[in-house]
Amino acid sequence: MSTATDRPADNLRAGDAPTDAPPSAAARRVGGIAGWVDDRTGAAKPFGYVMKKVFPDHWSFMLGEIAMYSMIICLVTGAFLTFWFIPSAGQTIYDGSYVPLRGVEMSEAYASTLDISFDIKGGLIIRQIHHWAALLFIVALTVHMFRVFFTGAFRKPREINWVIGSLLALLAIIEGFAGYSLPDDLLSGTGIRAMEGFVQTAPVIGSYLVFAIFGGPFPGELIIPRLYSAHVLLIPAILVGLFTAHIALVFVQKHTQFPGPGRTNENVVGYPVMPVYAAKAGGFFFIVFGIIALISAVVQINPIWGYGPYDPSPVTAGSQPDWYMGFADGALRLLPGWLEFTAFGYTLSLNIALGALVLLPLVYTVLGIYPFVEKFVTQDEREHHLLDRPRNAPTRTGIGMAGITAYSVFMFAAGNDIMAIKLGMSINDITWFFRIGLFVLPPIAFWVTRRICLSLQRRDRDTVLHGRESGTIIRTPEGRFFERHEALLPEDQWILVQHDPVAPLQLPREVDDNGVARPGSRRDRVRASMSRFYFKDAVNPVTPAELAAAHHHGHEVEAIEAGGETAQVGSSETAERH
Amino acid sequence: MNEQDTPHPGTEVTPTEGSGTAVRLDEGHVIGEGGLPDRFTNPGLPHHVPRMADQDEGAARRAEKQVATLFGLSILGTLLFIVFYFAISVEQTVYVPGIGTTSASNFALGITLAISLLGIGLGAVHWAKTLMPDTEVVEERHPMRASDESRQRVVDVMAEGGETSQITRRPLIKYTLGGALGLFAVPIVLQVAGSLGPMPQKSLSLTWWNGGPSGPGEEPTFMPMRLMRDPENTPIKASDVTIGSVFHVMPEGLLPDPVTHEGGAEHPLEEKAKAAVLLMRLEPEKITSQKELDWGYEGIVAYSKICTHVGCPVGLYEQQTHHLLCPCHQSTFDVTQDCKVIFGPAKRPLPQLPIDVDAEGYLISTAPFAEAIGPSFWERG
Repeated sequence: MSTATDRPADNLRAGDAPTDAPPSAAARRVGGIAGWVDDRTGAAKPFGYVMKKVFPDHWSFMLGEIAMYSMIICLVTGAFLTFWFIPSAGQTIYDGSYVPLRGVEMSEAYASTLDISFDIKGGLIIRQIHHWAALLFIVALTVHMFRVFFTGAFRKPREINWVIGSLLALLAIIEGFAGYSLPDDLLSGTGIRAMEGFVQTAPVIGSYLVFAIFGGPFPGELIIPRLYSAHVLLIPAILVGLFTAHIALVFVQKHTQFPGPGRTNENVVGYPVMPVYAAKAGGFFFIVFGIIALISAVVQINPIWGYGPYDPSPVTAGSQPDWYMGFADGALRLLPGWLEFTAFGYTLSLNIALGALVLLPLVYTVLGIYPFVEKFVTQDEREHHLLDRPRNAPTRTGIGMAGITAYSVFMFAAGNDIMAIKLGMSINDITWFFRIGLFVLPPIAFWVTRRICLSLQRRDRDTVLHGRESGTIIRTPEGRFFERHEALLPEDQWILVQHDPVAPLQLPREVDDNGVARPGSRRDRVRASMSRFYFKDAVNPVTPAELAAAHHHGHEVEAIEAGGETAQVGSSETAERH
Repeated sequence: MNEQDTPHPGTEVTPTEGSGTAVRLDEGHVIGEGGLPDRFTNPGLPHHVPRMADQDEGAARRAEKQVATLFGLSILGTLLFIVFYFAISVEQTVYVPGIGTTSASNFALGITLAISLLGIGLGAVHWAKTLMPDTEVVEERHPMRASDESRQRVVDVMAEGGETSQITRRPLIKYTLGGALGLFAVPIVLQVAGSLGPMPQKSLSLTWWNGGPSGPGEEPTFMPMRLMRDPENTPIKASDVTIGSVFHVMPEGLLPDPVTHEGGAEHPLEEKAKAAVLLMRLEPEKITSQKELDWGYEGIVAYSKICTHVGCPVGLYEQQTHHLLCPCHQSTFDVTQDCKVIFGPAKRPLPQLPIDVDAEGYLISTAPFAEAIGPSFWERG
C-alpha cells in the first residue's frame, strides 16, 4: 500500500497498517463507548483488574467506608451551600422570613445562613445534612482509627497510610472548626473569639499572629472570607488529595484481613468488586446517606437563629464547640491558672498555650509516630497483612485504651458546666475530678485493659487445651460427675492458636570479649526494657506439643493448671475425654 | 474409651506415642519434640455453606421480590420528594410527635430523601447478600518491595541522569541551583506573611476608654467618658445603679444611635470586643479591696467584661455570692476581692475601670484601664 514518495518522513510510516480489526465479541457486548475509550486510554486492563479485586469482609472495615462516604456527602452538600452562603462580614439589616430577627443588624454571612435555613426551599435540609455528615465523618474516622490501631493494621507496610490517616484526622477537625465558625452567629463568633485568645498566647509572636489571621484587630472583616477560603478550598483540596493517596495505598497494598481458616499473610480472602463488593459498598453509600438524611429530617443541629448575630460583648451560657473540638476545650478548662508566668516584662501563658496550641498537634503527632515506636521495640521487619486480635497485643491494646481514656477525660471536661447543671453538682468538684482523673484514669485503663487481654488469652489457651463445654454431665461408675468437653473444630481452634508467640528481646552483652563497649548499647538497653514492658507477661498460643501433652498426661496438666484444688475432678474429666 | 484411638478432631497432628512428657502450661510456650510441629497449621478455607436462595428457586424469587420492593420504595421516595418540594412552602410548620413543631418542608424533604436513598442502599445490600455469589475468592499477595532488578534500575537511571546532566562534576551548577531552589519560595511566602495584617502596635493594650478609636496606629488622648448602657446608649446615673444590679456598659461615643443607627465608632465590633464593661453595685462593706473601693463610687464598681483567659465575655453574675463566671471555660472571679480569680483556668483578675460621677450625677470614667484587657499575650508585661 505504500507508494514511492519523496518525503523521507513517510518512510517512518512504511510499516504502518491501518488497524481495521473487527471489534471483538467482548467489545461488542460492552458497547461502542467503552471500546472508544479503551482505544484511546487502554483503560480496559486496569479497569478489569480493579473490578475483580478482592476485598475481605468484616463489619469493622465499614468504619472507614462511613468516613469516606460522609466526606463525599459533605463535599456535595457543601458545594450546594456555596451557591447561597455569602462569606462576608459586611453589615446588613435582616429582612428575611424569620420574624424574631427582622430589622436586626447583622453580617451578610449570618443573614445568608438564615436565608438558607428559612427562605431557600430545601436549604435547611442541605445545611443539616452538611453538618450531620461532618460530625459523622469525624466520628467514623476516629473509630476507624481505633480499629486500625487495636488490630495492628498500621504495621509494615502500612505505616505511611497510618501517617496519612493521622493527618487526615487532624485536617478534618480543623476543617470542621472552620466550617462551624462561618455562620457568624453568637456561638460561632464566641468560638472564634476563643481561638483569637489561643493564638494570642503563642510565645513571642502571638499578637502578630492574631493581627495576621484577622487582618487587624479582632474580629475585623476578613476572618469570615479567610475561614471560607480555608474551608471550601485550601483544606478540602489537601483532604481530598490525602484521601486519594489513602485509598490508592489500600488498593496497592490490598486490604488487611482478620485471621481465620484459609486466611494467610500471603493471600486475601473475600469477595470481588464485581459484583459483590460493588453492590455492598455502593449500597452502603446510599445507606449512610439515607441515615444522615433521616437524622437531618428529625434532629435539629446548630439552630443559629436562636443565638443571634455575633457581638463580642454578649455570650450564651453553655457555650460548647462541636464534639471533636471538645478535648481541646476541655484541656483549657482543666489547666490551672498558675501556669501563666510573667518575667522581664513578658508573659508566657502555658495555661492556654498547652491546651490550645500544643495539645492538638501533639495528639496527632503521638498517633502518627506510634507505628515507629512499636517497630523500634519489636524490630519486626516482616510485612503484616493479617490483623491482630486486640487481646493478642495486650500492651498495645492497653496503651490504646489509656489514650482513649485521656482523650475522653479532656472531652468530658469540656462539658463540666452542663454536667454541673444536669447533675446538680458543684462545677468545681467536677473540674477537680477531671484534673485528678487525667493522671489517674489512663494508667488504670491501661492496667485493667492489659489484664483483661491477658485473661482472654488464657481463656483462649484453656479453650484449646480443654475443648468446649458441651453441657453434657456424665456420671462415672464411681459416682463422680463431670461435664464432658468437646474438642474444637479445626477452624475454630485455628483462630485461637494462629498468632505468633512472642517474648521480650534479650539484651546483648554490653561489652565484647575484649571488654570494649559495644556501640549502641544504650539504645539496646532502652529497647530491651521497652520490650520487657510490651512482652514480659506474654501469654503465647497453645502449641501442638502442649495440646498433645494435655491429652496424654491430663492428670499432671490439669492439676497444675487448676492449682491442685480441683485435681480430682480435672483428672477424671480428662481421663474420660480420651 | 474407644475415642482414645481416633485422632482428636481439634488437632492437626496425630499425637505420637512418647512424644511428650508432662509440660508445665503455666510457663508459656513450649517447643515440642519428637514429631510434633512447633505450630499448628492453617486448616484452609472452611466448607462453603449454600444459602437458601442458592438451592431453592422459591427462596431466590422471594429475595428478588424483596430487593425489587426496596428499589420500588426508593422510586416512591424520590417521587414524593418532588411532590413535597413543590407542594410545601418553606414557612409551613408541622407538629411531629416526639419532635415537636418543626419545619414541614425540612421534615418532608428529609424523610422522603432518606427513603429514596435507603431503598437503593438496603436493596443493593440485600441483593448482594441473597443472590450474588457468596463463595469467598482467594487472591494472592505479593511482597510490596519491587524486585532487586527494578531497584537497581532506578539507582542506575538516577545515577546516569546525574552523570549525563553533569551535575555531579559541575559543583557551580549544583550549589547555585540548590541556592535558587532554596530561596525561590521566599518572595511568595513573604507576600502572604507580610500582607496578611498590620502590626498590632499598641492596639492590644488600648481600648476606647483611652480616649476613642484604639486600632493599630491610634494614639488616643484620655478624656473622662460617661458610662453608657448597652445597647440603649444612654448615660447611667449613680442613683440608677441599685444594690445587686448589673449593667452592660460601653464608653460614650462608641455605640451608634439605637434608632437611627447613626454615629458611633468606625469599627464598632473591634471596639466593643475590648471596651465592654460590667457595672455592679455592692454594699461597700462587702468589698475587701481598698483599691476596688477607691476606683469605684459608693460601692459601684466597673470591671472589664472580657475574660482574662481567652477573651470570652464574662456572662454570668451571681448576685448572692458576687461571683462573675465566664461561660466558656468557667473561670470564676470574685467581685468583692477586686475580681480575683477564685476558680478556673484564668490567671489574672479582671481589670477595673476607675469611675466617678460628673456634675450632672452621671457615672464617668476617671482613667482608662491600667493594663491590657482580655487574654494574655507575650509583650503585655
